[in-house]
Amino acid sequence: MKPPRFHYHDPETVPEVVGLLKTLPNARMLAGGQSLMPMLNMRLVLPDHLIDLNRVEGLSYIRERDGVLEVGAMARQREIEFAASVRERCPLMHEAILQVGHRQTRNRGTLGGSLCQLDPSAELVSVAAALDATVAVAGPKGTREIPFSEFPKTYMTPAIAADELVTGVRFPLWGKPHGWAFVEFARRHGDFAIVSAAALLEEDGAGKIKRASVTLGGVGPAPVRVKELEKALIGETVSEKRLRDACEVCRKIEAMQDVHAPSSYRQHLATVLSRRALEKAHARIGGGRG
Amino acid sequence: MGVIGARVQRLEDPSLLRGNARFVDDIVLPNMLHAAFVRSPHGHAAIRAIEKKAALALSGVHAVLVRDDLVPYMRNERLVVGLPSSSYKQDLNRPALAIGEVVYVGEPVAIVVAEDRYIAEDAAALVEVDYDPLPAVCDCRAALAPGAPVVHRGAPHNLLAEFRMGYGDADAAFAKAAHVFRESLWQHRGGSHSIECRGAVASYDAIEDRLTLWSSTQMPHQAMRQLCDMLGRDENQVRVVTPDVGGGFGPKLVFYPEDVVTALAAMILKRPVKWIEDRREHFVASTQERDQYWECEIAVDRDARILGIRGSIIHDHGAYTARGVNLPHNSAETVPLQYEVPAYSMNVKVALTNKVPVTPVRGAGHPQGTFAMERLLDRVARELELDRAEVRRRNLIPASKMPYTTQLKARGGMPVVLDSGDYPRCQQDALARAGWADFPARRDAARKAGRYLGIGVANFCKGTGRGPFESATVRIGPSGKVHVYSGAAAMGQSTKTMLAQIVAEQLGSDMENVTVTTGDTAAIPLGLGGSNSRQTVTAGSSAHLAALKVREKALKIAGHVLEASERDLEIDGDQIHVKGVPGMKVSLAKIARTVAGTAGYALPGGVAPGLEATECAVIDDMAHANGTAVVEVEVDVETGAVELRKFVVVHDCGRIVHPTIVDGQIIGGTAHGIGNALFEWMGFDENAQPVTTTFADYLLVTATEMPHIEVAHHESPSPLNPLGVKGVGECGVIPVAAAIVSAVEDALSPFGVHIAQAPIFPAQIVAMIEQAHR
Amino acid sequence: MAESRNIAVTVNGKRHEQRVEVRLTLADFLRQQLGLTGTHLGCEHGVCGACTVLLDGQSARSCLMLAVQANEHEIATVEGLAPSPDTLHPLQEAFRDNHGLQCGFCTPGILMTLVEFLRDHPDPTEDEVRVAISGNLCRCTGYQGIVAAALDAAKRMRKGG
Repeated sequence: MKPPRFHYHDPETVPEVVGLLKTLPNARMLAGGQSLMPMLNMRLVLPDHLIDLNRVEGLSYIRERDGVLEVGAMARQREIEFAASVRERCPLMHEAILQVGHRQTRNRGTLGGSLCQLDPSAELVSVAAALDATVAVAGPKGTREIPFSEFPKTYMTPAIAADELVTGVRFPLWGKPHGWAFVEFARRHGDFAIVSAAALLEEDGAGKIKRASVTLGGVGPAPVRVKELEKALIGETVSEKRLRDACEVCRKIEAMQDVHAPSSYRQHLATVLSRRALEKAHARIGGGRG
Repeated sequence: MGVIGARVQRLEDPSLLRGNARFVDDIVLPNMLHAAFVRSPHGHAAIRAIEKKAALALSGVHAVLVRDDLVPYMRNERLVVGLPSSSYKQDLNRPALAIGEVVYVGEPVAIVVAEDRYIAEDAAALVEVDYDPLPAVCDCRAALAPGAPVVHRGAPHNLLAEFRMGYGDADAAFAKAAHVFRESLWQHRGGSHSIECRGAVASYDAIEDRLTLWSSTQMPHQAMRQLCDMLGRDENQVRVVTPDVGGGFGPKLVFYPEDVVTALAAMILKRPVKWIEDRREHFVASTQERDQYWECEIAVDRDARILGIRGSIIHDHGAYTARGVNLPHNSAETVPLQYEVPAYSMNVKVALTNKVPVTPVRGAGHPQGTFAMERLLDRVARELELDRAEVRRRNLIPASKMPYTTQLKARGGMPVVLDSGDYPRCQQDALARAGWADFPARRDAARKAGRYLGIGVANFCKGTGRGPFESATVRIGPSGKVHVYSGAAAMGQSTKTMLAQIVAEQLGSDMENVTVTTGDTAAIPLGLGGSNSRQTVTAGSSAHLAALKVREKALKIAGHVLEASERDLEIDGDQIHVKGVPGMKVSLAKIARTVAGTAGYALPGGVAPGLEATECAVIDDMAHANGTAVVEVEVDVETGAVELRKFVVVHDCGRIVHPTIVDGQIIGGTAHGIGNALFEWMGFDENAQPVTTTFADYLLVTATEMPHIEVAHHESPSPLNPLGVKGVGECGVIPVAAAIVSAVEDALSPFGVHIAQAPIFPAQIVAMIEQAHR
Repeated sequence: MAESRNIAVTVNGKRHEQRVEVRLTLADFLRQQLGLTGTHLGCEHGVCGACTVLLDGQSARSCLMLAVQANEHEIATVEGLAPSPDTLHPLQEAFRDNHGLQCGFCTPGILMTLVEFLRDHPDPTEDEVRVAISGNLCRCTGYQGIVAAALDAAKRMRKGG
């Protein structure tokens, strides 16, 4: 399983990358390599040109600005995992990233690589949807921002042009106190989730939900924000029965089928995990770890 | 003395730990070329034409060879390897390269040889094969249905073999039984997935007219014989060497088309050729186990005593015979083995399918027979409202009846005799260690908290040390070092350490003074290799007897040299000295040189020249190991996830040569069993296309899925060999699926779920719970 | 003509300047061009971990990197672990003494994974060790000997062994 022939480019700036993307036909970008290299080794992709992003300057930042967490496309998952700002200000992302692959894959894997791969089960992709992130993209005509809800075009295909690259992602942060939980069901530790659920909750002074975000990963080709469920929670106090009933709506979501799970099982897991994520998130609102 | 049974350091470890061991892909020869195979993408197709032009035009490509290119160099072009059996209805032997037809995805069609593997893969993609797809048969039951498409164009049907195993009058037993219970079982096992895939390096020396094949194989002598047969060469002209092997587990004992084709490429091109299997090839072109469908019934009296068992099995053989019908034979044989079963009848149909051939993976059919029996016993217990362990206790063969001559016959025709073992005591010990008696209280407390715990038990018994022999030569050289040579094959199970311990026990007790050579057909002419958990029994016995002979001779000569009685001498390290008088000594080196001779001078004491002995101890009867596994699980009834909370194995492999190594074999085997119970599924679609072909889809257990395995040992020495040892390599696997399924079913008993399959996956558990609700 | 580049890579403290094809993987570069065959290939799709090396001190799957990407970086492989031909690293000693290996094929990848892990977590629990090696497949041991070896090595290394 050896890679096919390709021309190799290792640009050092974003404009260089854009220039290469504009002129080179059948080019793929190499970020962390944890998704692309297996595909190359298996010859599932046959690019004429490989553009290595690992030497491009200015894409590895992790910073907070005005209540927004800004993460560069080439920030390693490892850096996200150990960043104090992420742990304190975006605990959902911190909980999610501990479930992404293994130490070796997080050492190399990047945020941008994961987002552009758009694996339906990828934890970081779900987190982006949960937080209504914005994806920054650079191309020959300049830069633009894509709300995450518009980022997945089809199965494993982002809505960016062939001559564009993702440069960073902006995650609007939920203030304190809020509850968060990222739960997933995987066959083994570190595997892609069969189904995952990301929950974020805010309560008002009377203990009623005033804001909710519920995202299911692994069910459809892209993460699903369960708006119907979120709406049903607003103005309600949380109880086990109420959550159980409300989460039943997840069973209706159209679900994928593959060697790992039939669609009915994914739908079933969606109801279970969304409820478990909401229970955990709710317990954490008061400052508990859940 | 005292080396056997001690936790000595392994001979294998230093080079493995330092990263300077030599696996087949580490072998580099001058002028070596690299091969890749063109393989069938179809489950079944006719080959109309093969176009090599584009591939040959690629820079760095040396050859593209298809079947027609090889024919002039082969005396036989088929790999005739099947173990003898009267049950075959068809002989379907693999060709070296496909002959006008392909019958499984992955079948080799052409070999490309190039400067490096990268270029070879580039060229392989450019070989154009014009296929005419034909109907492919995927399901082994459908294969036997009337009107099914044939797996091979020229074959009359898809029944490869059929046999009945049985004794006594099963029908009469069933007719008068108080209770009869029936089970329909699906059992599935997957591939070997040793972390090192297969591989071979072939080199032809024109001056010596000798072909050398380095092969990651479990059976070098068998490979040598196959090469001689297919290439029309004699045993002096072919040498097979096994370098370090990164796991075998069964499929590496098979001789493959790639082995002979790589050898031919080297001979035709007159340059060494290396072929290393990659993981994707391992999924489609290495043999594996697959499906068995069982219909079986048990007849018991009012006291849950077994009166008879009968049933039928349909077994998926794949497209060719790559080993034999030993796998389903073992499955059928194992069912009654450990229990008193007065009448037995099992009909086995071995079906062809358009998939890669099936041969044993660690366990070799025994897990399936065990699973069937243990499911039947669980059924009896549930129906008669008896404790599952009690039903087993009432039917296990008691120690007082050992040795126990069953009415079964082994594949070579000899009766199956259980040589030693105390099965009820083993079960009792395992249950005690696992807290079986207290479990109901644990379970009830958990239920109050909405959690579902279950416990399961399974017994197994397996014939080990399959004969008729394994070779061993023990020689003391002029250096004073003790050299051991054996036809045994090492694949990680510490064969060299085992042999060194057994020999060192007789010859100086110093492991550092012993060298061991295995897996080289030039080092010892006879050998059978690794399979059936056989080598400690067979090679160990031969090495032991050879060492005794060498010891006797060495002491005799030393007695002559030291003018002392042999009874007063002991061998200590590389010296022989008078007991209690260390100063009166002579070195092994001196003794060896003495009997190496000096021209014109007589040898002392009238002894024969040399200080060596070769033994091939013939042991036809198998030494039966046994054990009991008890597993406690928790099932998350909302997700179907199964957590293994507690795992106890009590095991009897006779006299233990190295306790830590034996533990390692049991725990390693248990991991395979857990994989078979909960994780591993080799999937194919209805066109016989494999659908699980990467490690993302085919799940091997990792450290986080493994519970801590508590292992305890009983030692019932076998009377069948001088050391009293039994094999252990496969034993850990055998009871695991049965015990886990028993435990999961127990956890789900409030839902009335009944499990009749292995593996069992979370999605299926959830579906079963939902089904039971309705 | 296959596209190639000059690279300079420091491996186990020794600098190598070589010309490599751009598509050559780091694993194949180490094994074939440098003759360091201790790093093994088990799957070539990033799951088994047999190819794990340290890149600037961080564990990485060398089958998922190109050799050109290692230019001006430092690589550590299993061959660099033992301090001398007569002594072993405490991890290697612990593996030997706890039967942490059987066929040894997965072992170099696991050793390098544990070098990083024990450096960053000198006093781990058993559960933490299992998570740390969950990205490495072993088909022989069932992991129990490996876990025992890792905990034993941690103890030795805390004592300054």
